[in-house]
Amino acid sequence: MLSSPPSIGGVLEPREASAIEDQGQPEPIDGIRHANPLQSRLIRPRPFFVPSDPLVVLDGVAFAYGDRPILQDLQMRFRRGQVVAIMGGSGCGKTTILRLIGGQLRATSGRVTVDDQNVGALHHDALYALRRRMGMLFQFGALFTDLSVFDNVAFPMREHTDLPDSVIRDLVLLKLNAVGLRGSAHLKPSQLSGGMARRVALARAIALDPMLMMYDEPFTGLDPISVGIVANLIRRLNDALGATSLLVTHDVEASLKIVDYVFIVAEGRIVAEGTPEEIRDSREPIVHQFVHGEADGPVGFHQPARPLAQDFGLETNR
Amino acid sequence: MIGALDTGLRHVGARVVDGVWKLGCATRFTGTVLLRSGMAFRRPQLLLDEIYFTGVLSLIIIIVSGLFVGLVLGLQGYETLKRYGSADALGTLVALSLVRELGPVVSALLFASRAGSAITAKIGIMKSTEQLSAMEMMAVDPFGRVLTPIFWGGVIAMPLLAAIFSAFGVFGGYLIGVVIIGVDDGAFWSQMQANVDLRSDVINGVIKSIVFGVAVTLVALFEGYDAPPTAEGVSYAVTRTVVTSALAVLALDFVLTSFMFTGV
Repeated sequence: MLSSPPSIGGVLEPREASAIEDQGQPEPIDGIRHANPLQSRLIRPRPFFVPSDPLVVLDGVAFAYGDRPILQDLQMRFRRGQVVAIMGGSGCGKTTILRLIGGQLRATSGRVTVDDQNVGALHHDALYALRRRMGMLFQFGALFTDLSVFDNVAFPMREHTDLPDSVIRDLVLLKLNAVGLRGSAHLKPSQLSGGMARRVALARAIALDPMLMMYDEPFTGLDPISVGIVANLIRRLNDALGATSLLVTHDVEASLKIVDYVFIVAEGRIVAEGTPEEIRDSREPIVHQFVHGEADGPVGFHQPARPLAQDFGLETNR
Repeated sequence: MIGALDTGLRHVGARVVDGVWKLGCATRFTGTVLLRSGMAFRRPQLLLDEIYFTGVLSLIIIIVSGLFVGLVLGLQGYETLKRYGSADALGTLVALSLVRELGPVVSALLFASRAGSAITAKIGIMKSTEQLSAMEMMAVDPFGRVLTPIFWGGVIAMPLLAAIFSAFGVFGGYLIGVVIIGVDDGAFWSQMQANVDLRSDVINGVIKSIVFGVAVTLVALFEGYDAPPTAEGVSYAVTRTVVTSALAVLALDFVLTSFMFTGV
């Protein structure tokens, strides 16, 4: 059983009530009927008390696959209640950071702490107990293809609670309602578009009201409307659930609008951090290149190679 | 010359190290599957679903193959026995060959290609689409929830399939021998009853098929779990499942037969 089971229909906690209310006519969250949903629909300050100590701390964390270093000497603190983006080019080790926090990988050195627990030192049962309070959205949703949308969202509830079917049904519909897909409960994952699959996976990830949400490239492969919807949901769900969200992404536009803080990672190190405004205004060459999507800069266009002349046989080897 | 030898030796060395490494991984995998088997038995519905998937859905191929093997055995057996004037022993020949060898071995080979390949593909694709990872992050152990029910489903389904294969084989032998060729009905069944021993023939056959069930499902699960998360990775893994488990079944059959039936 859960230490804190999801709240049950009828006795909604304020945060869930607000998530439902948002679905009503005056406050649509689908983002389509608004010129700029990201700015107009955000609930900014959280009304309830948030402890000031950080939820997740990475202290001098390094990670390597065999001899290949992926991350080096990371110092990161994620404050409670915030939405934080970890940005960087493809293959710079962003997703590895999420896997370290989720305990799927163990740091080669340093400490990863979640809610004052050292993730790397936890044994199987304690790690699984911690994971029950985390939600993760995978890059392509990772929905169970043999289960319907409804059963996918119900999966964590059925595995971790003894709630009767009627309560699970109500909870699943609430969660699906929060992502705007209550009408798609009967569909199979193969019948969903990419954006819908991502939203179903989001409903599944928040099924047990996690304290920590992790998003792995939530915007990849989505059309602009779906990007807006997903970005909006990430912010609103974080605030409605009172959770903390980590967002691994390389989509600068979508994420800078919704996050409170940004880390930029390059070659396994933090090269810059700050609020979205600070990042936007940064004169740091690498940050500037990343935010403005310039092809060449500190991160070179060409990967290391032999001299051009040598590859084309224009230079004789003597 | 020395360079080529050096490269060759390195290559062989790397292959050996890889092989030992994989063997170690497979052993750990087996241990984990056995240790986390609890959920498969605490939640019988999971187990029943897998028995349906690996067992019931394999019934058609098992029944049809059993029937044809029995028909061929009946024909060939009659041809040979007739030369020695002992066509009445046809029932014994058909039943013993099926119960001792053909039932367990052929049904295990069919099981490997029908259910084993499906298991590998399923696990491989679940892994490559991060479904297993997602389950882990939902604090649901993929071993307990997905892998061990498949394992025990296969181990339970295999002897049942082998028994059904043998039963239909005997029926096929009866059709050819008694109904078509005209061997004496009473002799066919009474000889069979007199010469097939429960312990040394039937039970040994069942033990064989349980061992084959363990081998085939473990190979299929491990190959799926170990597959690189790409289309090629999964397709190679499916091929390896069929090849490895077929060879394992034949090798294990020789070992088991040499223990069970020598000197009797």
